[in-house]
Amino acid sequence: MEINDVILKTVTKIIVFIILTFGIELFLSGHHEPGGGFIGGLVLSSAFVLLYLVHDIETVHNGIPFDFKKIAAFGVFLAVGSGILSVLFGTKFLGQGSRVFDLPIFGETEISSVIVFEAGVALTVVGVVVTIILSISEDV
Amino acid sequence: MIVLLAIFFPFFMAFFVPFLYKRIHSKHIGWFVLLVPILLFILLASFVPSVAGGAHYTYTVQWIDSAGINFTTNLDGLSMIFGLLITGVGSLVILYSIYYLSEREALGRFYVYLLMFMGAMLGVVFSDNVMVLYVFWELTSISSFLLIAFWYHRKQSRYGAKKSMLITVSGGVAMLAGFLMLHTLTGTFSLREIVDEVGNLDKTDPLFYMAMILILLGAFTKSAQFPFHIWLPDAMEAPTPVSAYLHSATMVKAGIYLVARFTPIFGGETVWFYSVTCVGIFTLFWGSFNAVRQTDLKALLAYSTISQLGLIMSLLGIGSMAVSDSNESNVLIFTAATFAGLFHLINHSTFKGALFMVVGIVDHELGTRDIRRLGGLMSFMPLTFTVALIGSFSMAGLPPFNGFLSKEMFFEAVVQLSRLDLVSNGALRILIPVVAWVASVFTFIYSMIIVFKTFLGMPQSERVDKEAHEPPIGMLVAPFVLSFLVIGIFIFPNGIGRYLLTPAMTAVFPMHRDLKGLVPHISAWHGVNPQLLMTVGVIVAGSLLYISLKKWKKVYALGPLRWNLDSIYNFVLTKTESGSNMLTGRYMTGYLRDYFVYIFSFFIAVAVGGLFWIGNLEIDLSKDAAVTVNEYIIIAVMMLAGLSILVAKSRKTAILLNGVLGYSIAILFVVLRAPDLALTQIVVETVTTVLFLLCFYFLPEWKREDTKRSTKLVNGFIAVAVGSIVTILALMVQGNKLFTSISFYFEDAYRLAGGKNIVNTILGDFRAFDTMLEVVVLFIAGIGVFSLIKLKAKKGEKDIGNQ
Repeated sequence: MEINDVILKTVTKIIVFIILTFGIELFLSGHHEPGGGFIGGLVLSSAFVLLYLVHDIETVHNGIPFDFKKIAAFGVFLAVGSGILSVLFGTKFLGQGSRVFDLPIFGETEISSVIVFEAGVALTVVGVVVTIILSISEDV
Repeated sequence: MIVLLAIFFPFFMAFFVPFLYKRIHSKHIGWFVLLVPILLFILLASFVPSVAGGAHYTYTVQWIDSAGINFTTNLDGLSMIFGLLITGVGSLVILYSIYYLSEREALGRFYVYLLMFMGAMLGVVFSDNVMVLYVFWELTSISSFLLIAFWYHRKQSRYGAKKSMLITVSGGVAMLAGFLMLHTLTGTFSLREIVDEVGNLDKTDPLFYMAMILILLGAFTKSAQFPFHIWLPDAMEAPTPVSAYLHSATMVKAGIYLVARFTPIFGGETVWFYSVTCVGIFTLFWGSFNAVRQTDLKALLAYSTISQLGLIMSLLGIGSMAVSDSNESNVLIFTAATFAGLFHLINHSTFKGALFMVVGIVDHELGTRDIRRLGGLMSFMPLTFTVALIGSFSMAGLPPFNGFLSKEMFFEAVVQLSRLDLVSNGALRILIPVVAWVASVFTFIYSMIIVFKTFLGMPQSERVDKEAHEPPIGMLVAPFVLSFLVIGIFIFPNGIGRYLLTPAMTAVFPMHRDLKGLVPHISAWHGVNPQLLMTVGVIVAGSLLYISLKKWKKVYALGPLRWNLDSIYNFVLTKTESGSNMLTGRYMTGYLRDYFVYIFSFFIAVAVGGLFWIGNLEIDLSKDAAVTVNEYIIIAVMMLAGLSILVAKSRKTAILLNGVLGYSIAILFVVLRAPDLALTQIVVETVTTVLFLLCFYFLPEWKREDTKRSTKLVNGFIAVAVGSIVTILALMVQGNKLFTSISFYFEDAYRLAGGKNIVNTILGDFRAFDTMLEVVVLFIAGIGVFSLIKLKAKKGEKDIGNQ
């Protein structure tokens, strides 16, 4: 049965970008405001899930040709690797530091090394959520 | 620092092997791997002079400081011997395996495991922290498991791998318990600190003996001592280079290392002395006795390894008494025993490594290693025969080979021991030298079997598949190097004594550091004395028994000898499997409802039990904030939604109502000013609803279930009980402060972690370790779901490989 979902598809095109932007905003603001890697990752994955719901799996896969399992694995690698990296820099395992940079557009910006760890968390969440949902839906 | 890098270098290289293997994909990969042990050997050898001068190197990397677990490496005389064995024999074995394994094998996998083992083994001998040592210890068991099961399509390989893993790992766990008890007694995990602390220990504490026995269990299982030796013969399913390396030269000696390392701590205790010595002596006898009846050359070598390990173990047991004895002449007798043990450890690695390689060559060139099908190979393989001769005669304890020296010292130790009044029990005093002598006779017999049955006699070309000829020259290099060492050590034993054994002896006996004669002078000839007569006796009796082998071999068919430990192991294993199968089958019904009953009943029992145990059941509402109108409304909505799920007519309604519950909680979080929680709750709720809708497709039709009234009542009771307990707990939490709050710690988040969002600083900084592991768990769960679903389709395919 073919459902006429023109409205849904049109709305999704815009909404997905809003959700993605929101997800990234949440991810970046996590240090001082509500947000962070986990929640950012969840929002990002809900955007992907929405895409998969509205279009079929094949179409989305042509547009976003990532293997989400690999994304999840890369996330774990980042999260664990950032911990080991901090040992190599002479601090404790998973120790973090931050520094204020003067960036061209953003002005004075504080960049903390925890962002690598948070990125790992976010990527794992995105990868795992999409992998689970995809594998269940592909099993039809 | 260099030692630390040495431990991780093999792991690091192992990481690159798969990538390189994709590029090169031939047997030349071995040359790249060979660099690792050679470099490490040179590196370690460069430390020999300074270590011989009394230096030791420690280096600490702070790790889990709060738990007393730091990554401390320690390079002293004892670990030096083992380090050199691991890298030296490792180099030769890898060189040998380049020619031994054909290109068709999964060489990449093989070398990854081998490097992993090398790193782990170096970790065992160089770790000062017992927890780190334990981790490396188990890692050697795991890599041994992987290497034994290298030809995993064979049923016997899998069986042997599982057996070795089960036995060594259970011993390892016992050892871990022993380490924890030692930590309770001494308050430290560092071996050096434990040794310093041991003088202040209360040795009557039962914990002290428990720790001793448990640590011994670890050592005995790893070093294949009776009755745990049964895994070693089955481990011979591994490729021969692996057997030569892990199961004769290095891994099985980890137990000996442990006993030597703990001698300053437990030595001098009679329990330690008796258990190590008696187990060692008996293993020596049992191994050599059983070796004689083997027809497979590798199985014969396995039993001979067991027996030789028993010999070293018993020497360390005798030597341990030096720790507490104050009489200097007695001390010298004991330390001479330990010295002989360490000396034999080196000698054993040389001759046994060479013999394993010889057996590998025979197997490789003729396609069999069954002595009933072999014979007369001397004229076809003169070079291989030379190596076999040197190795076997050294093992039998004949001059001019290094085995003679250490065997003589072993006899000296047992003879001297029987003269001391220390062994109060008269029978034992006689028994130890007698058993040692009898075991040596058997050792002589099986050494002769290896040489004469394989290389002399009539060639049986009709019973072997291939024509006999010398192997490629590359395969002979490693065994020849080892046999040169066998002779070289006999000629210059005191070089080894001076540079390797002296620092090792001071490491084992730090209290006798300045004792003169701690390291005896080794000489091949010291007049006619009991030990020389014993050796002559061994040769005479051994030769007679070897000639009349056929006549008395019937002994092995006697009743009690056929009743063996293997069948006990198999019996226990199958019974445990069927037992746990039955038990699991009882409660794993496949109904989610049943599982919830278990979970919630357990929860009720624990929570109610906990409340009664604490005893303070007061509910104090005075400190709680007032409930506002908004909150009442939200809660009313939630209650309504929850109740309506019970009477919902369709599944869709139920899912939606469940969604109402979830989103209301999110709103409640907003009202209570917890934006992080609210955000998470909303997104999680959305994603789970999607998941729910996906699963919708697979669920059976929604229908009223006809369950018994009594079941319904029980389930209802559990549901209500869980709800009320959670409510009561939540109300009580504010009223009863049993501990001081820890949240003030996080209030200082900006200064401590540089973040203004406390929730996030907890996740990313204060408790980052938790978050990291959660990420890993999440990933594992994702992969689990993926593979469960993907593998389901293959159910119809047949199970491969039970050859």
